[in-house]
Amino acid sequence: MISDPFQFAHSSPVLEPGEQDDQLLRVSLGPQHPSTHGVFRMNVVLDGETVVSLKPVFGYLHRNHEKIAEGTSYLGSMPYTDRLDYICPLTNNWAYAHAVEKLAGIEVPERAQYMRVILGELTRLINHTAFAGFILGDMGAWGSALMYAFRERELILDLFEELTGARMMCNFMRFGGCRNDLPAGWATKVSGLVEAYGPFLDEMERLLVGNEILLARTQNVGALPKELLINGGITGPMLRAAGVNYDIRKVDPYGIYERFDFRIPLGHTGDCYDRIMIRFLEMRESLKILRQALNDLPEGPFIHPKAKNRNFKPPVGEAYGRIEGPKGELGFHLISDGTTNPYRYRVRPPSFINLTLIEDMCLGLDLADVVVILGSIDIVLGEVDR
Amino acid sequence: MNVECSTILDRLRLAMPAVLATVRQNPCPSGQHSLLVAGSHLIDVCRFLRDTPDLAFDFLSNVTGVDWPDAAKADAVAIPGDSEEAAVPGGFLEVIYHLYSTRHRVGPLVLRARTQDRTTHTLIPSVVSVYRSAEFQEREIFDLFGVTFTGHPDLRRILMWDEFEDHPMRKDYIAPDDYQYEPTPHDAVLEKASAHYPTKP
Repeated sequence: MISDPFQFAHSSPVLEPGEQDDQLLRVSLGPQHPSTHGVFRMNVVLDGETVVSLKPVFGYLHRNHEKIAEGTSYLGSMPYTDRLDYICPLTNNWAYAHAVEKLAGIEVPERAQYMRVILGELTRLINHTAFAGFILGDMGAWGSALMYAFRERELILDLFEELTGARMMCNFMRFGGCRNDLPAGWATKVSGLVEAYGPFLDEMERLLVGNEILLARTQNVGALPKELLINGGITGPMLRAAGVNYDIRKVDPYGIYERFDFRIPLGHTGDCYDRIMIRFLEMRESLKILRQALNDLPEGPFIHPKAKNRNFKPPVGEAYGRIEGPKGELGFHLISDGTTNPYRYRVRPPSFINLTLIEDMCLGLDLADVVVILGSIDIVLGEVDR
Repeated sequence: MNVECSTILDRLRLAMPAVLATVRQNPCPSGQHSLLVAGSHLIDVCRFLRDTPDLAFDFLSNVTGVDWPDAAKADAVAIPGDSEEAAVPGGFLEVIYHLYSTRHRVGPLVLRARTQDRTTHTLIPSVVSVYRSAEFQEREIFDLFGVTFTGHPDLRRILMWDEFEDHPMRKDYIAPDDYQYEPTPHDAVLEKASAHYPTKP
């Protein structure tokens, strides 16, 4: 057990490159391994099957998103935020629009707020559903779980396509609202999807919850004390699986989340099993929010009539805006010098910061557990490397 | 819910009479004012904020690096008080921390720390010993801005490759022009190249 919760866990000898040790084995895990969710590498040192050191290697997908954003207008970065976490483009759009609205003090009309909540929660459904498929793939159930997950994700992507014209790169939010109004009949289709989603979740859960292999691979794997998780900046389902009641939709409400009746599911142990289950419970809460939002969806403008997106110059100053993305706290820190381009544009990527404690989680476990732990963190490399 | 910076500063002064910190006003509607803390006191300030039970800023959410070649611009974003001197010209690098309290559910509390200049004295103490979440973010700022975090356990480049020499997020960084295939270099590309490649005899 760790005596000081904030201190580093490494106590084992770490092998330098070139150094020989007959007892230890260096393994380069990745960057092409299918379980790494993209081009991500870990330098692992093994003593037998046991991990004694694990160093993540980043940057294979680095394109300096932040520098590119400094060279373009505020609106010009909006389509590029889609490419951060490409599984959930609309929450990225929302986080960015939210930060700019804080910076410039822009109001968002009612209908746009409801549209954002509907799209944000649909994105959460996409992310968590795909996650369930991915992690089963990581554990060796290659294909079938992912196929069930992607079948449902596909239905939501069809709705996105009808609304925004794009399945994944939606580029839909604007400062002060959304880009266009909902097409006729779209909300009814979402209602139909929401009603059909519950039975799908029942089926998926039945397949997973009692599965002997899943239990053996995930229970008591990768748990860390709560205090360390908070100190390590872990957010989102990862943190809540350990029983920390911290969801930005509740503690620092943005948009209109105060109006909805929903609960924050909490885990107990924080192991990989809890991390999977917490996502299923969150999807059920998302469905609750969606039902309420679709029921109350008002008429009105979808963007503030005075919102100016082109040649937009926010006042001098800085703002940090954050939302509860499906993977954790997604924040944007913007510094404006009063011109059309941001002086500084910083993304606080949940995938990247959730990896901070990966070594602490893996030390002393088997190599096979590393793959499950990485899967349970739920990273997307577009966001990790930016 | 934003934090009242002056109250925090009073608490800091009470606990640490010698603390070098000032409140900086943010002129934009976000209302996120900040505390400019001297680098030498940064770790003590963070430890105090984390360990005082009624403050309990236990969660360092975000660390941002900023390059300010023009110090006047930095003062326009974070306006100094009346009694403070304006920032020395010549510029500096700045690191901005966003702290939250998961227990009291308040935040962000914005801290800023500045280096002496942009070239030779680019040191800021690492807060990793107080907040583990800074580990990769400080590495990123070291990599992209060239701030050296003293006391960081593993300060290496993180996003760029190890052999890379410059700091790409600096405002005066010149991007290479051979990053994409250009069969017949033409006007704009040639002009860009002439800025940093020696002309052929």
